[in-house]
Amino acid sequence: MQLDDLYREVIVDHYNHPRNYGKPEKWDIVVEGKNPVCGDEIKIYLAVKDDVVSDVHFEGQGCSISIASASVMTEALRGKSLLEVKTILADFNQMLRGEACERCENYSDAIAFQGVTKFPVRVKCALLAWKTVEEVVNSEDGETPPTEVNLE
Amino acid sequence: MSIDVKKIKADFPIFANTIRDGKPLVYLDSAATSHKPKAVIEAECEFYAREYGTVRRGIYELSARATERYEGARQTIADFIRAKSSAEIIFTRGTTDSINLITRCFGESQMKAGDEIILSRFEHHSNLVPWLMLAQRIGVKLVYADFTPEWNIDTADLEQKITERTKLIAVSGMSNVLGCVTDAETITEIAHARGIPVLIDGAQLVPHFGFDLSKVKCDFLAFSGHKMLGPAGIGVLYMKKQWGEQLPPYLGGGDMIEYVHYDSFTTNDLPWKFEAGTPNMAGAIGLGAAVEYLNRIGWDKLIDHENEITEYALERMLSTDGMTLYGPQTPERRGAVFAFNYKGIHSHDVGSMLDFANIAIRAGHHCAQPLMETLGVNSTARASFFLYNEKEEIDILLEHLKASERFLTDAVG
Repeated sequence: MQLDDLYREVIVDHYNHPRNYGKPEKWDIVVEGKNPVCGDEIKIYLAVKDDVVSDVHFEGQGCSISIASASVMTEALRGKSLLEVKTILADFNQMLRGEACERCENYSDAIAFQGVTKFPVRVKCALLAWKTVEEVVNSEDGETPPTEVNLE
Repeated sequence: MSIDVKKIKADFPIFANTIRDGKPLVYLDSAATSHKPKAVIEAECEFYAREYGTVRRGIYELSARATERYEGARQTIADFIRAKSSAEIIFTRGTTDSINLITRCFGESQMKAGDEIILSRFEHHSNLVPWLMLAQRIGVKLVYADFTPEWNIDTADLEQKITERTKLIAVSGMSNVLGCVTDAETITEIAHARGIPVLIDGAQLVPHFGFDLSKVKCDFLAFSGHKMLGPAGIGVLYMKKQWGEQLPPYLGGGDMIEYVHYDSFTTNDLPWKFEAGTPNMAGAIGLGAAVEYLNRIGWDKLIDHENEITEYALERMLSTDGMTLYGPQTPERRGAVFAFNYKGIHSHDVGSMLDFANIAIRAGHHCAQPLMETLGVNSTARASFFLYNEKEEIDILLEHLKASERFLTDAVG
């Protein structure tokens, strides 16, 4: 087990240069996720048009793993239908549980987080952004998610 | 060094084991929990192997022996903190349990809606949440004494906040984040002059500085075994005799009673009135062995060692670029626990990186979320030291911190 099993170069890169970072001008759904154990807080802005995620941004504070993971997620979800988003989230979850996930190769740099499974205490960091979006897409099943809808 | 750390380390089996890669363990998380010397581990094993039996119930020899050992441990604790009698020493599951006992037995019998408790702004959740729960149950009010500029309790502010409705002052003896050591003696005098009892949360203070009840005449003192080389799951509540006699019991069950009828019961003598059910006998005996171990080294030497570590750590940390150190910046009234943030690196990244070098530190909010709010941070890293730590481990910590920063920035192509 080595340091770069956890801090793969691509993860460090996403951490130092997070993609789609900051509050966008327009969005349809904003959802907030927190990890009280480490104080991480993240906000994800989704633009949805005809059941397709047309744009994703995020902002927040967190460790390198949670920020890099959010950055990768924004790239992975952009342009995907809500149904596809569900699949992507389930796949990523599965990979972080230590199960094989071939499709994860296709989701931006998601596969880089495979090594995090060797560090059980950090899995939660990697899942923060993804779990946060899960709350929104799972609302389709009739649950009431803690979201606020931007009326602009 | 005031004590021979190398020799002390040899008493702790954990340091003979390597966690990974054959590198020695640099354990800097004793404020969370401490490691155990052979003397403690063996005391517990021996008890189970040779002397185990029910306490204060059996007619047979083993039960008598177990009782003698268990009550002997109680006397060791009483002598250690200079309690007048072992009847004032109640064994609990730990500091948290001890404080919950006070909120139940004292809070619910001596306080009513609108009454006030004064706390500091740096209480561990264990001396905060039980009071918030009491507030929910009966409507008491929590009042907070502010900080001095040096990050300690402002005793003048505390005194000013005392009102006719103040029924208890409950403060930490030493912050698990800031390291500040409370002036418990002055606070107790201020409180007693107004007829108000005092609870000291000694979870951090007692393991590192001991406690002398003949100087600090507080009414209640709570501390844990596991932070002072003892087993987990055992703790102490010192309760002044007058309170022990006056307050109602905590948990109901076996051993806390004298007579039980179908419609009533009477309570046992002190301290057993507050100890329902079969107690953690081996834990108490282990804690007794831990106190004896510390006594053998000598508290003057232990405190000198703590102070030397504190002075050196402050000097090194404060001269490190990009280091934000929380709590008192000078060694006066300060213990060897150092919460910090380094160059904007998240504390969990700091923790993971150091872990690869077998350096164990704590990262997060340290069970003091309101204090994190006051400090304006989401989390901090924390290095805490004990008798088995050497000055050199501060150097190792700082060296690896710098390497971590390079890794997190240079790795970018």
